[in-house]
Amino acid sequence: MSDERTTPRAGEGDILAELEAEVAHELEEHRPAAGGPAYQVVAALVTLAIGLLGAVLAQGYGLGSLERPGPGLWPMVVSVVIVVLSLTLLLVGRGLRDSERFSRASVLPLVGVATFIALAFLIPTLGFEIPAFLLCVVWLRFLGGESWRSTLAVSLGTVAAFYALFLYGLRIPLPHLF
Amino acid sequence: MDAFLDGFAVVTQPGNLLYCLIGVLIGMLIGVLPGLGPAATMAILLPIVVTVDPVAAVIMLAGIYYGAQYGGTITSVLLRLPGEASSVVTVFDGFALAKQGKAGTALGIAAIGSFVGATVSIVALSLAAPVVAGWALDFGPAEYAALALLGVLLIATIGSGHPVKALIAASIGLLLATVGRDSFNNSQRFTFDSLQLADGLDFVVVAMGLFGVGEILYNLEERHGKVHVPAAVANIWPSRKELRVAAPAIGRGSVIGFFLGVLPGGGAVMASLAAYATEKRVSKTPERFGRGAIEGVAAPETANNAAATSSFIPLLTLGIPANASMGMLFAALLVLGITPGPQLLEERPDLFWGVVNSMYIGNLLLLLLSLPLVGVFVRILRVRPAILAPITALITVLGVYTINNSVFDIFVMIAFGILGYLMKKVGFEPGPMVLAFVLGALLENNVRRALLIFEGDPTGFVTRPISGTILALFLVAAVFPVVQAVRHRRAATVPDETTHREDALR
Repeated sequence: MSDERTTPRAGEGDILAELEAEVAHELEEHRPAAGGPAYQVVAALVTLAIGLLGAVLAQGYGLGSLERPGPGLWPMVVSVVIVVLSLTLLLVGRGLRDSERFSRASVLPLVGVATFIALAFLIPTLGFEIPAFLLCVVWLRFLGGESWRSTLAVSLGTVAAFYALFLYGLRIPLPHLF
Repeated sequence: MDAFLDGFAVVTQPGNLLYCLIGVLIGMLIGVLPGLGPAATMAILLPIVVTVDPVAAVIMLAGIYYGAQYGGTITSVLLRLPGEASSVVTVFDGFALAKQGKAGTALGIAAIGSFVGATVSIVALSLAAPVVAGWALDFGPAEYAALALLGVLLIATIGSGHPVKALIAASIGLLLATVGRDSFNNSQRFTFDSLQLADGLDFVVVAMGLFGVGEILYNLEERHGKVHVPAAVANIWPSRKELRVAAPAIGRGSVIGFFLGVLPGGGAVMASLAAYATEKRVSKTPERFGRGAIEGVAAPETANNAAATSSFIPLLTLGIPANASMGMLFAALLVLGITPGPQLLEERPDLFWGVVNSMYIGNLLLLLLSLPLVGVFVRILRVRPAILAPITALITVLGVYTINNSVFDIFVMIAFGILGYLMKKVGFEPGPMVLAFVLGALLENNVRRALLIFEGDPTGFVTRPISGTILALFLVAAVFPVVQAVRHRRAATVPDETTHREDALR
C-alpha cells in the first residue's frame, strides 16, 4: 500500500478525499464484477414503479388538508419523493459501477431461498428437527461442498444444539417431533 | 451520581456480567469472521435475546456492537480483509506491519487504542448524555419531526453507497412504515385486505429479513469456498517505544472519534478516516504512512471504537438511532416495551446506567480477552464459511418463528431477505431502508401532530427556534454531499468517481 502522492501542504480535506478514494479502491478488490447499465436502469425503474404505485394508492386513502392531514397525505409525500429520486437515478445513475453481475453462483442463493420456504412449510406439520436437519445437509453438502462426513456431523450437532437451546435453554415452544 | 453508581450494581450482577461477556465474545467472533456484520447478527439474535431480562438483553446487544469493532481489526491486519468498513484504513499500515512480521504489535496497539478510545468516549458519554436528555425533554412534535428527518437524511447521505440510492432506500423504508392501520383514524393503508398486515410490518421481522437473510443469501453466493490463511502472530505486547509513538495518536483518535460518532450515519467510518488523515497531517514523516506506521493503526482503531461508543448518545438521549446497529438496539428496546428517548434516563435509570456502565466492563473484558486470545481468534479464521452458513440460516428461521409463533412471519422475512439480497446486487444498501423504517412512524406521527398544532401552517417548523435550527442543519447536510461531489469531480484524481464505501451502517 505504498502512497507516493503525499502532498505536505495539502489541507486535511484533500488527504481525506485521497483516503476515501484509496478505501474505495481497496474495497473494490474484494468485489465481484460490476453489472452494466441495465442493472442500474432496471433498479431505478423498479423503484419508480414503487413510487408511482404508492402515490396512486395514497391518493385513494384520502389526502385531507394541511390542517387535517388525511391518512394518504404522508404516503403521498413519500411516494412523490421516491418518484423524483428514481427519475434522478435514471438520469445520473447509468454509469454507476456499484452493482454486481449475476453469475452461475447466483443459483446458490436461489436454492437457499427454496430451502427457507420448504422449512417454513414443513415446521408446523413435521416439527423442526427433520426439516432443519435436511436444510443443513443441503447447505453443507450441496451449497457448501463439504464432505459427507462433516455434513452429517455438523447437521446432527446443529439440530441437537438447537433442540437443547430452544426447548431447554430458552424454553421457547417450537414445534417438535420428539 | 447515585444512579450512576447503581448502574454499576446492575452490571455487576452475575447474570448481567455473563450476558456482557457473551455479547462481547459474539461481537468479537463476528468481527473476525467476514460475512455477518454486527447489525445482521443483532437482527438474527433479536428474537432469542428478547426472551431474557431487558437490561441483560440490551447489555448483550451493545456488547456485540462494540465487540465487533475489536474483532474487525484482526482480519484487517492479518488478511488485508477489513471485517468492518471502519477498519478499512487500518489495512494500509496494519497489513504492512504484518508483512514485516509485526502483526502482533499492530494488534496489540489496536487493542490498547480501542480500549482507551472507548473508555474516553464512555466517560464523555456518561457526562454528556444526561445533559442532552434533559435538554431534549422540552422537545415537541415539531422538534422530533425535524430531528427524525435530519436523522434519516444523514443516515442516507453520509452513510454508505451512492447518496441518491441511499435516499431512495430510505424513502421506501418510510413508505413501508405506513403499512397497516393509520394510528390517527384507524383506516387501513397498503394492507391489500390482509389481516396479517393490518397491524403493520413487524420491525424485527423486516430487519431480520433485510439484514439477516439478505446477508446470508449474499454470502452464499460470494464467500463460499474461500479459505483464509492468516499470517502468523507473535509478540502481542508493544514495546515502550512503540507505545510512546502511538500514545498521541490514540489521544487524538479518542477525541475525533467521540465527536464524529455522535453524527448519524457513518460515524465510525468517518472517524477512522479523519483520525488517520489527521495523523498523516501532523506527522513529521508522513511518508511512513502506508508502509507500516504504528500511528496509522493506532489512530483509526482508537477513533472507530470511540465513535462506536458515542453513537449510543443519540439513541439513549433522543431516541434517534445513529446507525443500523443502533437501529437494532432501538428495535430491541421497543420489543421489550421500552421507548428510547429523553425520558429513558428518568423512567429507567437502571437500564440507562446499566447499559452505559456495562460498556466500561465490556471494553475491559475485550482488552483482557483480545490480547491473550488473539491466537484463538486467528484459528477461528480458518473455520470454513460453509459450516457457519446453515447454522445462521436456522437461527433466523427458527428465531423469527418464535416471536409470534407465526409462519406468516417466516414468509415476510424470506420476502425481505430476497429484497435485501437483490438490493445488494444492484448497489442499494439495506441500512438506510431499515433505519428509515424504524423512524418512519415517529416521523409521520410528529409531522401530523405538529401540523395539527400549527393549524396547517408548515412555516411553524421553521419559526420555532429548535426545530428551525435542526432544519437548517438538515439543509446543510443535504447540500454538503452535492458540493463534495462537484469538488471530487474537479479533482479528477479519483480513479472511480462512484465512491462506494462498504456498508458503513452495519
